[in-house]
Amino acid sequence: MYNGGKIIAGLIIFAAIITSPFLLNIGKADEAPQPSLDTPAINQMSEKKCVESAEFMRTGHMQMLNDWRDQVVRNGDTVYVSNSGQEYEMSLENSCLKCHSNKQEFCDSCHTYAQVDPYCWDCHTDTKGAGQ
Amino acid sequence: MKIWSSLLAVIALVFIAWVGAGVLHLSTFFGIVLPYLALIIFLAGFLLRVIKWGKSPVPFCIPTTCGQQESLPWIKPNKIENPTTTWGVIWRMILEITLFRSLFRNTATEKHDGNLAIGSAKWLWFGSLLFHWSMLVIIIRHLRFFTEPVPVLIQGLEFMDSFLQIGIPLLYMTDVFIVLALSYLFLRRVAIPKVKYISQAADYFPLLLLLGVAISGILMRYFFRVDVVGVKELAMGLVTFRPVFSAEIGPIFYIHLTLVSCLFAYFPWSKLMHAGGIFMSPTRNLANNSRMVRHVNPWNYAVKTHTYDEYEEEFRDKMKKVGLPLEGEG
Ligand code: HEC
Ligand code: HEC
Ligand code: HEC
Ligand code: HEM
Repeated sequence: MYNGGKIIAGLIIFAAIITSPFLLNIGKADEAPQPSLDTPAINQMSEKKCVESAEFMRTGHMQMLNDWRDQVVRNGDTVYVSNSGQEYEMSLENSCLKCHSNKQEFCDSCHTYAQVDPYCWDCHTDTKGAGQ
Repeated sequence: MKIWSSLLAVIALVFIAWVGAGVLHLSTFFGIVLPYLALIIFLAGFLLRVIKWGKSPVPFCIPTTCGQQESLPWIKPNKIENPTTTWGVIWRMILEITLFRSLFRNTATEKHDGNLAIGSAKWLWFGSLLFHWSMLVIIIRHLRFFTEPVPVLIQGLEFMDSFLQIGIPLLYMTDVFIVLALSYLFLRRVAIPKVKYISQAADYFPLLLLLGVAISGILMRYFFRVDVVGVKELAMGLVTFRPVFSAEIGPIFYIHLTLVSCLFAYFPWSKLMHAGGIFMSPTRNLANNSRMVRHVNPWNYAVKTHTYDEYEEEFRDKMKKVGLPLEGEG
């Protein structure tokens, strides 16, 4: 006894599952996020620098925020001294979002693309920096 | 020796990826060529092996059962343990591949006061179930790199997997589970002398390779961060056949990807093919209907037969003469 029909049907389903990332993207062009730096605070800066280098921020900003939170909430330490010696207030709303007041076009553009949904905004407000 | 050679092989793969991508910057090879090659080998190898298995005939109806077969109407059949229809087989197969029911019956034999005692042994079942489900969840979660927009189903899975909200990036429970489960499966082979005796390099290597994949992924997520947006751009490029490197991605990513590629390329030629093999096992995929349906052995040659009807036809006159009863004229 052979079961050719069933085996071939099973293999077609298997191949469709394995190649589904390709099949689902047929005809689509990937659009990488363009986090916008166009905010009043950043436009006023003479030298457009983040807290640390842009490369570090791209990969490490979530760990930096975690450190900041622990520093502020547990140690009562509120000042961050960056690698270049500049001082910043360790605050999500009063620091990050003061410069990056365009959360939707900045933070969210990357986060939607990479499918991360930080739960910070359950408590922290994201409109303060924009002066709303 | 078998353990060390397997470990050495995995370390060598890590080292090659690290030197190749991190030092020599051969990112086109490790980021584009190798993954494509691995996927082609995986898909072609998997299909070929299943087709080869499908070509071998199944001579007998040999499902393994452990329940009452369907018989007289007043005897209650056990439809799951002893399926007699295709739907019954499908149901039993679904339960087998999602819950590993046959492994649940695993027993251990031990000596107690000079007597042999057989007891149930559930740790292997638990460990392998934990590993397989974690791996499935992780692979489905990884589809966030290959889809845009990311399907709601994947978002929900990610949310549930990280709902303990430990640390940042959020800890995934499956990351803990997969490492624990793989470590258990590996230590089982090393620590139990009987199991160690029958273990080959082909048993250690896949375990260590999987452990390497999981650990490199975990290191990348929680310790040596990489540019995840850059990774997604590369991944989306790969699945739309327009691969690009828009950002510098750390060597840990190439280590992870190289180990994954090796896993995929190794898969069809190894014991990992039990993923396809389970569906091809006659002891699982046949209905136990030997009392209802004739199972024809495909390698039976055509036997020359001479039926009683033909016999009677041939000797009718002679039989009539000596007064033998004839069916044709009954
Ligand atoms: C003083 C204003 C300022 C503050 C405060 C600030 N940023 Fe920035 N940020 C910038 C500027 C300007 C850039 C662009 C830097 C560049 O391109 O070199 C930037 C870049 C970034 C980038 C990289 C974007 C990309 O496209 O590569 C990230 C991520 C980021 N910031 C996150 C944060 C987070 C998180 C915080 C809070 C911890 C923060 N920033 C605080 C001004 C600021
Ligand atoms: C359960 C509510 C809650 C959530 C969720 C939450 N925080 Fe906070 N956070 C607080 C409170 C309360 C403080 C203390 C505010 C104070 O002392 O003024 C705080 C303080 C902070 C601070 C330092 C003070 C400041 O002004 O920002 C940082 C940084 C911070 N949180 C980051 C985060 C990040 C990043 C996340 C998401 C990963 C997050 N928080 C999620 C409630 C929350
Ligand atoms: C260059 C793109 C980019 C920008 C801009 C960006 N992020 Fe992120 N962020 C990411 C990525 C990618 C991750 C998650 C990577 C991963 O899956 O580990 C992340 C993760 C986080 C996390 C951890 C979330 C979690 O659940 O693990 C926090 C908190 C966060 N970002 C805050 C911010 C804030 C606040 C801003 C704006 C000031 C911002 N990010 C801007 C790319 C970006
Ligand atoms: C057999 C397949 C794979 C397995 C078992 C696996 C396993 C893992 C594990 C356990 C993690 C830790 C974090 C998490 O659970 O999400 C991880 C992270 C990661 N993997 Fe994989 N992986 C596989 C394939 C891939 C592939 C093909 C890519 C290529 C795009 C990839 C890219 C990544 C990246 C970028 C991270 C870090 C994610 C983050 O920082 O949030 N993995 N992997």
